[in-house]
Amino acid sequence: MAFTPDIAAIRFGEGLAPEIAAPASVEGVLDQLRGADLAAKEFPITPLSDLYGTFAKVSTLQKVARRGRKGSDAEELSKAYKQARRELNLHLEGALAPLLSRSITTEQPFRERLTRFWADHFTVVGKNNLTRNAVPSYTEETIRPHITGRFSDLLKAVMTSPMMLDYLDQNSSVGPNSRGAKGRRGLNENLARELLELHTLGVGGAYAQGDVRQLAELLTGMTTEISRGFVFRPKIVEPGAETVLGRSYGGGPPAVEDVMAFLDDVALHPDTVRHISRKLAVHFTSDRPDEGMIADMADAYAATGGELMAVYEAMLDHPFAWTSFGQKVKQPVDFIVSAMRVLEVPPASLRQLNRSKRRAYVTGPMTAMGQQWFRPSGPDGWPEEAEAWVTPQGLAARIQWAMAAPSAIFRSLPDPRSFVVAALGDVADEKVTFAARAAETRREGVGLILASPAFQRR
Amino acid sequence: MADAVSRRRFLLRATALGCSAAASPLMTPMTFAQAPGENRLVVIILRGAMDGLDAVRPIGDPLLRQYRPGLGMSLDSAATELDGFFALHPALAELMPLWAQGDLAVAHAVSTPYRDKRSHFDGQDLLEAGTGADVDGAQARDGWLNRMLQVLPAAGSETAFAIGRSEMKLMSGRAPVSSWSPDGRLDMSPQARLLLEEIYHDDPLFHDTSMDALAIAESLGLASDDSFGMSSSDMRAAVKAASAAGDASVLASFAARRLNEEARIAAFSLGGWDTHRAQTRGITRALGNLKDAILTLRSELGPRWDKTAVVAVTEFGRTARENGTRGTDHGTGGAMILAGGAIRGGRVYGDWPGLEEAALYARRDLMPTSDVRSYIAWLMHGLYGLDKTTLGTVVFPGLNLADDPGLLA
Repeated sequence: MAFTPDIAAIRFGEGLAPEIAAPASVEGVLDQLRGADLAAKEFPITPLSDLYGTFAKVSTLQKVARRGRKGSDAEELSKAYKQARRELNLHLEGALAPLLSRSITTEQPFRERLTRFWADHFTVVGKNNLTRNAVPSYTEETIRPHITGRFSDLLKAVMTSPMMLDYLDQNSSVGPNSRGAKGRRGLNENLARELLELHTLGVGGAYAQGDVRQLAELLTGMTTEISRGFVFRPKIVEPGAETVLGRSYGGGPPAVEDVMAFLDDVALHPDTVRHISRKLAVHFTSDRPDEGMIADMADAYAATGGELMAVYEAMLDHPFAWTSFGQKVKQPVDFIVSAMRVLEVPPASLRQLNRSKRRAYVTGPMTAMGQQWFRPSGPDGWPEEAEAWVTPQGLAARIQWAMAAPSAIFRSLPDPRSFVVAALGDVADEKVTFAARAAETRREGVGLILASPAFQRR
Repeated sequence: MADAVSRRRFLLRATALGCSAAASPLMTPMTFAQAPGENRLVVIILRGAMDGLDAVRPIGDPLLRQYRPGLGMSLDSAATELDGFFALHPALAELMPLWAQGDLAVAHAVSTPYRDKRSHFDGQDLLEAGTGADVDGAQARDGWLNRMLQVLPAAGSETAFAIGRSEMKLMSGRAPVSSWSPDGRLDMSPQARLLLEEIYHDDPLFHDTSMDALAIAESLGLASDDSFGMSSSDMRAAVKAASAAGDASVLASFAARRLNEEARIAAFSLGGWDTHRAQTRGITRALGNLKDAILTLRSELGPRWDKTAVVAVTEFGRTARENGTRGTDHGTGGAMILAGGAIRGGRVYGDWPGLEEAALYARRDLMPTSDVRSYIAWLMHGLYGLDKTTLGTVVFPGLNLADDPGLLA
């Protein structure tokens, strides 16, 4: 298989769409990243920092309610808090419609795919009642603007995001010998370990427990505050210099620049270069990617100091990006958005979905397919291997959705005989085409096309 | 019943596609192979690294309180005291009657061969691969529970169930196993089934998986010929079932129902063990789930509980000392929990290494003194009569089985 526009739209986009032209060339795919971010503008999602005020308000109401729980107005106070929390959560859950609408209507679908890839690479889960549903806001502010820039800038944005600092417990880590420790508080290794293991070097990278420990010390001071976001607190910074991966950082007065210097260095570490290149290759091309392609990507990364555009370009320029077509299975989110894209689900009808319908059509079925949206079980995010998704229970949930959801969302469905062309373009095979014709109802015809390997794979 | 189903399928297939049914895997009636005896084994993977020193506390060692002043170790543990030296975490108090009856045991200071990098994901891969540390767990081709099935006489596809939505690598491999989530259903018209089978025909992964899904859904009564409808109460029920499907008691209940039928082996995962911060809260919840799972198994297995061994294992333990945030970081040695009427309980197995700094692994973690695989191998030996050589070469390649600890009643 060589480049075809349909393959480009399926592998490096959100799938085919009746009214949207597939990219004509590799340049066409990359061009999607070069212009302004149109989908973000058309379907806005509140960036995290715009929520700090609301977070502070809800958190104050909670404190007031807690303090006054024995007073005569206890009920009103608790009501006020719960109302504010409900409003916040409704607002945050509302991000589902713009998220889906972006993927369904965008002419820059590679941008959506990369945003999800990097949000998964830097997985966070909202751990408290304020941030429970705030992951899209984190992605909007911290991930999305950096996906076409340098890896080091993305890394620094993530490591100063309140969501990451809270998720991996950095927020409460304190230099044991700092003034702020008062002899009681101390280190938490969580973020330091995952930063090396998952975010940069990879678990096979050249680091040891001593590096984890030293990095945990170096990261002290990186905290957040509910109403302000990132706050560097010199008082809790572990005194003295730390040696991480053979280089020394800090030693002078506490400064966030020491951490940034480390992040700049680790972003260019050869193990990071390989790890990031391989991870992109695995996500977009194959669970067993071509080593030559990874080497090209790593060369581009090293030559440009981690310019991600150059890495993407090296991937798309390699023949393996096209010859490996079909080796990846769509994750549940990819499956659902690509189905909605080819079905042309209108953004207005997504906006109108209430909470119970969102659960019934989208998030509930995704959970059954094995992907509880925004709730992966650990900081390593979602699995890549086809075998992790195509399990009896996971595949059954995909088939159930394919057969039932389109007709639940639409009153009328397309004719399966034309839908097979719309959905699969030049990757349609004889068997799916036959099934589209032989199905007893439109509903089953559409369902079979969506459940087919030709649609599930990319 | 299998014959009637096949016959109906044959007719449908013949009318729908007008071609021979001979090649259809759906024609093969499900094999209800004779199960390998009456003994049952349930494996619970505790993902996220359970703190063995908190779950089963060596309260007889004063260093425990010294290392962990903020983790509630000094609270009165009379109600959960096991043997004068160890006590269960209070969240496991409801298991004390099992201890008294000899249906609950602990193996302490255990680990897999995984050392030093302390990655959850590598640690779990190695735990499930069941190999030595010389093999990259992530590259392992199969898991130890599957390899056991490969050598188990009379094991059929319904002998072993992997339950839940998370991947269970310990059960993947050549031997057929069933994999399902308690909320799973598969509803399709007969025509749609036949067409789907055609579509999947040339894609081995989709083909084999869908055949498994159909067979399991059908044998569990979770399939119908009616299409699943999304605008009705079906849908609300599906959402509700999906959100409960990960609960410990739901997983355990599903396991018990399978084990009451053809299944003899079941495995599922419980999460929530990565207690870097505010451990007392997190581990209380996670241990509560484990307790619920064990008690659900006991009550729903009924008389079969006497022939059941439940083993709960985790990728590694956590630091002996609490960290700076009322939690613990990734460690090495930990504990495994054994339950079931088949277990010779009421005792803590293993060589206790002590908590003095010099006795700790890398001066930070509980020193592992035995290999979890060795205990599991002896269980398999006792439950299924597998010989030591097979266990040490096929099931757990390279494992040198320690002396028989006598885990079974």
